[in-house]
Formats: sequence, C-alpha cells, structure tokens
Amino acid sequence: MQIHDNPALKAEARNLNFYYGEAKALKGINMPIYDKKVTALIGPSGCGKSTYLRSFNRMHDLYPGNRYEGEIRFFPDNTNLLSPEVDPIEVRMRVGMVFQKPNPFPKSIYENVAYGLRVRGENNKRVLDDKVEHALKGGALWDEVKDRLNELASNLSGGQQQRLCIARALATDPELLLFDEPTSALDPIATAAIEELVHELKKRVTILIVTHNMQQAARVSDYTAYMFLGEMIEFGKTDEIFLKPKDKRTEDYITGRMG
Amino acid sequence: MNSQAMSANNPSDLPVVSDRLAKNAMRNVSERLIEALLLGAAAVSVLTTVGIVYVLVSESIHFFQQVSIVDFLTDTQWTPLFDDAHFGIMVLVSGTVVSSLVALSVAIPMGTIIAIYLSEFANSKVREIAKPILELLGGIPTIVFGYFALLVVTPVLQVILPELPGFSLLSAGLVMGIMIVPYIASLSEDAMRAVPMSLREGAYAMGSTRLYTALHVVVPAAFSGLAASYILAISRAVGETMILAVAAGMQPNLTWNPMEPAATITSYIVQVALGDLPHGSIGYLTIFAAGLTLLLITLVFNILGQWLRAKFRENY
Ligand SMILES: Nc1ncnc2c1ncn2[C@@H]1O[C@H](COP(=O)(O)OP(=O)(O)O)[C@@H](O)[C@H]1O
Ligand SMILES: [Mg+2]
Repeated sequence: MQIHDNPALKAEARNLNFYYGEAKALKGINMPIYDKKVTALIGPSGCGKSTYLRSFNRMHDLYPGNRYEGEIRFFPDNTNLLSPEVDPIEVRMRVGMVFQKPNPFPKSIYENVAYGLRVRGENNKRVLDDKVEHALKGGALWDEVKDRLNELASNLSGGQQQRLCIARALATDPELLLFDEPTSALDPIATAAIEELVHELKKRVTILIVTHNMQQAARVSDYTAYMFLGEMIEFGKTDEIFLKPKDKRTEDYITGRMG
Repeated sequence: MNSQAMSANNPSDLPVVSDRLAKNAMRNVSERLIEALLLGAAAVSVLTTVGIVYVLVSESIHFFQQVSIVDFLTDTQWTPLFDDAHFGIMVLVSGTVVSSLVALSVAIPMGTIIAIYLSEFANSKVREIAKPILELLGGIPTIVFGYFALLVVTPVLQVILPELPGFSLLSAGLVMGIMIVPYIASLSEDAMRAVPMSLREGAYAMGSTRLYTALHVVVPAAFSGLAASYILAISRAVGETMILAVAAGMQPNLTWNPMEPAATITSYIVQVALGDLPHGSIGYLTIFAAGLTLLLITLVFNILGQWLRAKFRENY
C-alpha cells in the first residue's frame, strides 16, 4: 500500500474542457481539490482561472452557447457537478461564491446575509437571527455591524461589503467556497482582513481561490495550481510550487519573468 | 501656407499633420455651430414652458378675481356655462382621479410584468420582436384608443356588467391603461436591464431561481427607475384627453364610481375650447383655471418622482 499524506478529496476535475461558443477556454484540466484546504489558482490574466472557477457552481449555465466537457466530481457523494442531469441550482446550494467586486444586494445588511436562507425557504425569525449572527461572525463583521443590521448594505465600506458577501455565502453552510480575486478591489488593510478570514475559514469549508497576487497565494493557500492558456500546468503543495516548481513555465511566472 | 510653416518644425510626415490640423479647424467650427443649435433648442423649450405657465397663471388670476378659491375647491357642482353657475373643480378632479386609478391598476401590473419578462426571461430574439411591437402600441393615436373603448370595450364590458352605461370612466380608464402599458414596460425594462450582471450572478450563486432573482434582487435594485416609470404613467393618465372625451361622456359628475360617466379636467377643457366662448368671459377663464389645476397635479407627481429617485437611487 502506498502511503498518502494527502487529505480527503472534496472535488476533482477530470479531463475538463470548456468552450465559450467555439472558443476553447479550458483544455483537459485534471486537478484535485482537497477537503478543508485552501487551493489557490494562479496564472497570467486571461489564462482561464475565472472560467475554471465558475465551472464549479455552473455559472456558465447562465449564458447561452457555453459548453462543458468532462467532469467535476464532488465528494463524498461522487456527484458529477457538470452532468446535465444535475440541476445547477442544486450545485449552487452546495457551492458558494465570492466575486471580484463586492456585490451586496440592494437590501439591509441583515437581509443580505439572510438571503440564501430565505431562498432555501427558511422564514423562521429565530432561526434566521441565529444564522445571520453566526454567519456575520464567521465573516468577521459582526462586531462592526451588530448595531446597524437594518442599514443598507451599500453604506458599508468596500472591505466590509466584501466580508458581508463572504458572510452571505457562509450563511448557508456551503461545502466549497469559491473566491474570484476577492481582494482586487480592496485596499491593503481590507485585503489583509480578508486573507486572515480565508485562513480562518478553512476549518469549516473547502476553499478555491483565484488570485493574481502570488504573495497572496503563498500566504493563504495550502495547494497552488498554475494555469496557462487554458491548461493546468502544475499543481502541488504551495511551498513546493513556490520553492521548487517542476515546470519551467511555472518557474518563469513565479520569478516574474512573465505575466 | 500657414500650416506648412507650422509643420516645418515637425519634420515627420508633413502632409498628414497639416491635413489633421485642417480637419480639426473644421471640426471646431461645426462643433460650435452644433452647440449653438442645441442651446437654441433648449432655450425654445424652456421659454415655451415659461410662456405656458405665464398664460395659465395670469388668466387664472382673472378667474379667481370672480370666483373664490374656497368655492373652487369645495363646491360640488361644475356648471360654469349655466345661469346658476358653479365652479367646483372637484367634480372634474374626481373624474380625472377615478379614470387614472382604473388606468393605473391595469397599466402598472401589466407593464411591470411585461418588463420583468422582457428583461429577465425573454431571449434576445423574443425581445427584438416584442420591443418594436410595444413601441408601435405606444404610437397609436389616442383617438383610436378612444373609439376602441367606446365601440369595442364598452359593449364587451356590458355583457358582464349589464348596467354599465354607454359612456363610463371604467371603459375609458381600462383602455387608457392599455395605452400606458408600453410606456411603463419600456422604461421599466430599461431600468432593470441597467442592473449590473454581477448583482444577478450574486443572486444565482446563492441558489436562487430566475424568478426569485428577478423579484428579490433585480426589481429592488431598479426600484427608482420603476418608480420613475410609474410617475410618468400617472402624468400620462392625468393628462390624457381624447380617450376620455370620446368614451367617458363629458357631463360633469362628482363621483368615485368608475361605472358612471363623467367629465375629467382634460375632457372639459377640450369640450369648452371647441365651443366659441367670448374671450375674457368667465366660461373662457375656466379653461385656464382647470388647466392650472392640471399643471399643479402633474407637478406634484413630478416632484414626488424626483424625490423617490433621490431617496431610492440605484445602490448597486
Ligand atoms: N464570456 C466570455 N465569452 C468568450 N470568451 C470569454 C468569456 N469570458 C472569458 N473569455 C475568454 O476566456 C479566456 C479565459 O478568461 P478568464 O477565465 O476570465 O481568465 P482569467 O480569469 O484567468 O483572467 C480569455 O481568453 C477570455 O478572453
Ligand atoms: Mg478572472
């Protein structure tokens, strides 16, 4: 028997191809996502990081002409997230997402966090209060907003809005949380707060994070994948990728010779 | 000559530079011209508005020298051309309010539903066909709607409501509502389409359905635009003339019952303006007092609209 120090799998991409109409944006991606770990996706702009990330919650289904090939297996139940028989809404019930720009809904802070619970039919005030508080604490925002839960979310600062979006995603207890460059619109202090939060969150949830900032990848992630031109060039433990990359292209990117 | 001298300082590609300079000069002149034209157009429209207000107010002052404002607002009869003349504007206001309420109760729900459908559900093909049709509907002359109400809608309604008279606020109001639907649908659709995709994606990512996203995220985000379209619809309804003149009957009637015939402010004005009243007579002056009332009502709604816009400005 072979001894693995790898933790359990949460998801796995198998021969994943993706097409925007005729344009092939992802080329034969194979990659594991480990349970309760942070996996970072790095690579030059336009290499397909967002495209790959958005396959996990079937975001591409919203637009006509997009097509997946291959599988994303989701564990422990071994569901193929991309199967046409799997309802994208079911997928999104299990996989949360935080976007590049904070996108709070035009509602109160409270209602933003309660949103996903209400979508799932929860209307009991006590349960909602409880879960909203828990999620806001999880998003490291509770202390800042507990006295103004009924204010419009748009009154919050950018960093607070992004943490609100994280709390919103956490409220429904997702199994996998997707982050697409969550700090690219934030200042360094707000960025540090989010990074710390990501680190904290991996106790509860598996995280897949796209970042164009390699220091960030190095700081927050356990595993790192380097993508280039729609291909997965290299995947491994973050320190291995950064200290001794196997592929020349990864090394060039990391040492700043390209991208 | 001049341009050549200038470009001599710049040895690279002589003719191109002078060409460009000449074009720029031309562009400057034409831009000035266009600016002046636009300013002129703006001035004409502002001056027209000022002129209208001036005439309405000054003639109304003559009117209120002969009729007290209290009588104007509280009298329950409107018989300006009778020997026993009464000037209770509420008689006309009631017709305007009832017909507008009927119209809005049709137009707001229908217009909003169509807008939600077009913006959030229809594919681009459907939208490309539906939008021009809607706009066409908005271009039908209102007199056509008026006769449609009188000759088609009223008889049909009479099958269900046998006691409905030949002229009624109900019939005119319903058709007026249909006339307003395209305005609401088109403006509301624009407002909802302006909601950024990132907001919708956020909602879908939380597991919401299309309908839930539309109702709980897109509609609230577009609220100020929707409110603006409703306000415009109210102004349209309050100011509509021909449909009411043709299908609602023109007898002044203080009523809140849509099943009755009644005159509205606008249909009264058109009726009196068509007769030949001596300039300066009290009957003639009522046109301006009624017109001023109409202007004030519309103004109130416009201010309300502005206020709503400011209060609920898009927060995405
Ligand atoms: N909606 C789209 N339609 C067509 N092509 C797209 C679309 N979105 C992205 N692409 C293309 O797919 C490739 C990958 O884009 P993306 O995943 O956004 O890259 P990244 O997130 O790594 O910067 C790019 O070449 C981009 O131009
Ligand atoms: Mg991207």
